[in-house]
Amino acid sequence: MLRYLAQRLAYYAVLLVAAVFLSYALASGALQPRTYFESKVPRPAAASVDRQLTALNINDRTPVAVRFGHWADGVLLHGDLGRTIHDTPVNDDFRRRVWVSLRLLLIGSLLGMLLGVAGGAWSAVKQYRITDRALTVVSFVLLSTPVFLLALLLKNGAIAAKDVAGHEVVPFTGYETPGLTGGLGTHLADWGLHLLLPTLSLALGGLATYSRYQRGTMLDVLGSDYLRTAEAKGLTRNRALLRHGLRTAVIPMSTMFAYSFLGIFTGAAFTETIFGWHGMGEWFIQSINEQDVNAVVAVNLFAAVVVLASGFLADTLHAALDPRVRR
Amino acid sequence: MTDVPESLTAPAPAPVAARRPPGPPGRGRLVLGRLLGARWAVAGAVTVLLLFVLAFGGPYLTPWDYAAPDYTALRQPPSAAHWFGTNGIGQDVFAQTLRGLQKSLVIGLLVALFSTALAALVGACAGYFGGWTDRLLMFLVDLMLVLPSFLVITMVSPQLKGSGWIAFVALLALFNWMITARVVRSMTISLASREFVRAAQFMGVRPLRIILRHILPNTASFLITDATIAVGGAVMSETALSYFGFGVRAPDVSLGTLLAAGTSEAPVFPWLFYFAAGLLVLFVLAVNLIGDGLRDALDPTAEAARPARRPRRARPAARPALPAGAPEASGPRRPGPTTPRSNRSSS
Repeated sequence: MLRYLAQRLAYYAVLLVAAVFLSYALASGALQPRTYFESKVPRPAAASVDRQLTALNINDRTPVAVRFGHWADGVLLHGDLGRTIHDTPVNDDFRRRVWVSLRLLLIGSLLGMLLGVAGGAWSAVKQYRITDRALTVVSFVLLSTPVFLLALLLKNGAIAAKDVAGHEVVPFTGYETPGLTGGLGTHLADWGLHLLLPTLSLALGGLATYSRYQRGTMLDVLGSDYLRTAEAKGLTRNRALLRHGLRTAVIPMSTMFAYSFLGIFTGAAFTETIFGWHGMGEWFIQSINEQDVNAVVAVNLFAAVVVLASGFLADTLHAALDPRVRR
Repeated sequence: MTDVPESLTAPAPAPVAARRPPGPPGRGRLVLGRLLGARWAVAGAVTVLLLFVLAFGGPYLTPWDYAAPDYTALRQPPSAAHWFGTNGIGQDVFAQTLRGLQKSLVIGLLVALFSTALAALVGACAGYFGGWTDRLLMFLVDLMLVLPSFLVITMVSPQLKGSGWIAFVALLALFNWMITARVVRSMTISLASREFVRAAQFMGVRPLRIILRHILPNTASFLITDATIAVGGAVMSETALSYFGFGVRAPDVSLGTLLAAGTSEAPVFPWLFYFAAGLLVLFVLAVNLIGDGLRDALDPTAEAARPARRPRRARPAARPALPAGAPEASGPRRPGPTTPRSNRSSS
């Protein structure tokens, strides 16, 4: 199992380097920081624009490979992601925003995964009952609603609730109440409340996707002989379903977790923007509009690391659950 | 009603099936029968058809143009004159919504068509040639999956400002084929060792012809199902990117741009937002229902006649769109559960 995981890790490292280089080249080619400086009022001299661009390591007259070399040097030797177009360290922004995004991503995807697996398995056990049918209808509708629309609908709902109640029922902007005083408990409650709607808009999509597939794999398992054997040997129905049924039915899902994380990442970028979270997604859109190459690359790096980490986790889960992989 | 499913069951030789009433029914008839038996799929097909009629025929029903303002009616709620109301500068929301629906439908269809074709070609080449071709193409697939397509499209799209929505279609299709290609590859690997492919090889048929004539037709049922579901996905990506200003742009209108325009006013002037939102969800839902019905109807492991209430065992699992053939899951050359059924097209 360790050998298998080590192989996967090595492959992912190669992929990461290739992906980061590719995104660096793309960002350098597509964004035009020179235009950004030249359109300032009053218009700076060409030589000073050039000097500024070179200082930031985003001068389009330096070959991309050379710029990438500089940038990679800084990242690998000093953990320095370069400087933004406003000449502040990218690391500062990165550090400030990364937890905002990760909080949303982790809780949203884990919650969606757990609810989806549980809901799908429950649905399979109760096939054709009313709960199964209801969950199927709900997940079909959720699957057909883009994440940004779901987030907007939740936000509109919160606004409507506020209008009806006369005060804010559920917060729908930002991730904390500014200037909140009180102990740790107050702060945690505040965070939780702010997390509610953004997390829901991510988790509901996950719930819909996972429950559909989990229902399918679970139905396959339910008719199997080994499950009947387990029951015949004296396990209770529930115990047999959990220990022998669900475990087998989750295996094919582990690959899906990795793939769907891509979708969740994209969804989180939308959700952050809609709910006014100052996270990586908002930063990305803002940086594109400001032609800020280094910041854009930093978000790409973050995305690649997150996606590959989730892929590796899925591999680990797969290896842990499926004895055929460990050899 | 029969027109929709029939066009979707392409691979079967329908006339042969029709000529012999007794005996086992032909595959085309079997699939059609199953599809018509699935009430939800029929409902989805009818809805899609109606939405197309509405999008392309609807503009003839209203005297208003989608761009021309009516200064006598600013932000009016729905009425007999303006069926969906008007927006802040007096444009008719009904005409605008239909216009946006047109664009979103066309983009969704084109993206699904292009991306499925690309996926079929790349996946079949990787699976058929194997070796370094396979390794390189699969590395490309992995690489493109690592960078979320949203990030790449957002980066590149400002460069395409001048080239209109067709460039946007190309961009969406270019980042939407990877997972399908994986599945086609694993299906091709298992097909490539079959007798009819071997026979063609020994007869000296060129590889590209083998892929196009013998391999891809055998993956048709998967490709059709996948393309159907891809339409819904493409429409969702399109609206999301357009919503944030990175997709369809100003002179063009899509459901995404309409939603973006209506968002801030949605709580007070709901007609600016909810008609577009409702049509969007309705269309994607209908497409997903067709896709789900097709998947069941084309599934070779499903029993021929399905009772309304099946016993627990008989139900074949809804086949995951990413079968175990996905990278890490099943070892190197194990075809996923999507092993195609027979050498029908070998003749």
